[in-house]
Amino acid sequence: MTTNLRLLFKSTAVRLSAVYILLFALCASFLVFYVTALSERLLTQQTRDALQQEMAEVQRAYNLNGMNGLLRSMERRSRQPGAGLYIIANPSGEILAGNVADIQPGVMDKEGWTQRPFRYDRYNDAENARPHLAMGHVFFLDNGLRIVIGRDLGDPDRFRALVRRALMVALAIMGGGAVIIWFFIGRNALKRIDRMSAASKKIMGGDLSERLPVTGSGDEFDRLSGSLNAMLDRIEKLNEGLRQVSDNIAHDLKTPLTRLRNKAADALAERDGDERRVALEGIIAESDQLIRTFNALLMISRVEAGSIAAEMQEVDVSAIAADSAELYEPVADEAGLALEADIAPDLRVKGNRELIGQALTNLLDNAIKYAECGDGPAKIRVTLAREGARTVLSVADNGPGVPEDRRDDVTKRFVRLDESRSKPGTGLGLSLVAAVMELHGGKLELKATDPTAATPGLTVRMVFP
Amino acid sequence: MTETTTHPVPDDPGCTASAGNAIVPHMKILVIEDDLDAASYMVKAFKEAGITADHASDGESGLFMGTENTYDAMVIDRMLPRRDGLSVIGELRKRGINTPVLILSALGQVDDRVTGLRAGGDDYLPKPYAFSELLARIEVLARRKGTPEQDMAYRVGDLELDRLSHEVRRAGKEILLQPREYRLLEYLMKNAGQVVTRTMLLENVWDYHFDPQTNVIDVHVSRLRSKIEKDFDRPLLKTIRGAGYMIKDDG
Repeated sequence: MTTNLRLLFKSTAVRLSAVYILLFALCASFLVFYVTALSERLLTQQTRDALQQEMAEVQRAYNLNGMNGLLRSMERRSRQPGAGLYIIANPSGEILAGNVADIQPGVMDKEGWTQRPFRYDRYNDAENARPHLAMGHVFFLDNGLRIVIGRDLGDPDRFRALVRRALMVALAIMGGGAVIIWFFIGRNALKRIDRMSAASKKIMGGDLSERLPVTGSGDEFDRLSGSLNAMLDRIEKLNEGLRQVSDNIAHDLKTPLTRLRNKAADALAERDGDERRVALEGIIAESDQLIRTFNALLMISRVEAGSIAAEMQEVDVSAIAADSAELYEPVADEAGLALEADIAPDLRVKGNRELIGQALTNLLDNAIKYAECGDGPAKIRVTLAREGARTVLSVADNGPGVPEDRRDDVTKRFVRLDESRSKPGTGLGLSLVAAVMELHGGKLELKATDPTAATPGLTVRMVFP
Repeated sequence: MTETTTHPVPDDPGCTASAGNAIVPHMKILVIEDDLDAASYMVKAFKEAGITADHASDGESGLFMGTENTYDAMVIDRMLPRRDGLSVIGELRKRGINTPVLILSALGQVDDRVTGLRAGGDDYLPKPYAFSELLARIEVLARRKGTPEQDMAYRVGDLELDRLSHEVRRAGKEILLQPREYRLLEYLMKNAGQVVTRTMLLENVWDYHFDPQTNVIDVHVSRLRSKIEKDFDRPLLKTIRGAGYMIKDDG
């Protein structure tokens, strides 16, 4: 229990609420003291107003009826229930009339409001023997007599005490309640965090399908769990992809390696010098193909890792497109197909010239490889144009195309359609183009060149943002 | 991935056909490579091509040998024990040694190539590579050391290329070339008598640094060949099997 409690007080929620409660208590106390002081001042002001009025009335009585009027007025007032203080004294301070037995000396020496509360004793005040505090107004008559009209201050004091007691009680209730609420909220939060760490431990243990608990309340914990779960989904997918890729790589590299080994065995068995040379040249060609595959794989993973991003700058994509079209024109010509280029001048994108160039030559390679298999005269078209805010570089052929349901697949590593297995290639060309487009913040779109034709062809669009 | 270099057989025509030793007699190079298998293969293969190769297996001893002896070219691996390849190059350059350097790297792609060349390397070859590629590049590098690039005209047999007027003549007869064909011929003639690989052509004529996947370069070369050889009896532009091309007058 003690460790539990210690843990509880270690928790952020509890610490935060403690700070809040402290702050709240400070504010409340300040507020209460301020309100008391204000109401006290208000009360004092009211008392003063009342005294002033009384004083005026007493004075009027004196003015009308002289000393007699004054005495009568004072007499009447002092007999009222809950009356204030009424004193008539001679210039030496001796009390002549009124309802006060004794008064703190010196109070009546100065005319006007008394500066501070003064002590006095009433007549017949047996039950409350202790001296009272009062405030009052002193007034000198023209015959030298002094009049004091005052109010007992016992009342404001009691009021203040009452307010303070109420405050204490309120604070105590508030504090107690807060502690109890803390305890439950904090413990609840603690429990949920414990559940989350338990789930994370399972995930760290290798169970990537485990997810953090989501209660459905939509609070901070749920939101945190939600985004962590989304992250886990992504990691799981990447992991799955990675596994698939390594499976594919293992499989796709085993095939050429086996072929290489068989060719080497053949060459070894060959007695005739020329035959042997041919076999060995075959081995070199096979190895070159393997190197090419490795280079393409390395390139893709480096592009995907984004480590080339530092070398991005404004590049003239029109020049790249023109260069590449020019580079492939003789090849297309040789293969008996027409290569057309429709390239808008002076288009620039932020990117890497080498990568865009390589991606485009990959597409041209593919187009030349597959356009020959189509119906009618084979044709390839390279187009570069602005489409709204985007720059689109596309290569279209009129070959057999890619069925709609396989278009996502062919950008994956080593995926080749069955019909294309007889063609040379690494199965990595489009993967690299896709990775390059991802790096450039653009995307790769595949569609049919002419969906109505017998061989619909393939148009690959590199869309730059 | 340490032993993925492709090794041509010792009597491969691609290597022996190289005329490197004829152009630079007793060519001597330094190989700084920590992979001993790869290094001993390299030294042996260079020897068969008529090139003497010294070997250092770490950065410090490589730097020492490079400073103490005179070489025609160096092959430096990027990742070396005791001192990495780029730092060796930097130190050599600081000491005023401007021997051409080819950087070998398993790291291998666009951005590494740029840092390598910035550090003072003259050429860059990612692993895995074909030895014929390495040999061709080293021979071109070593020869570049001797001949400054001021030649205003190149001549191979009766074929002439004027770099000022961009005119190409064979036996006094003008041959009209496309701009790219002109640059292709210019590069071949600049390295006359030496093997240039397809990758070297793609790099120097098109400024792209990746492997051409189909026979793109071959087609360009054969077009050029038909223009410069069609009406003449003696072939000049030769295909070196397993390696690349060479322009040379055998007469």
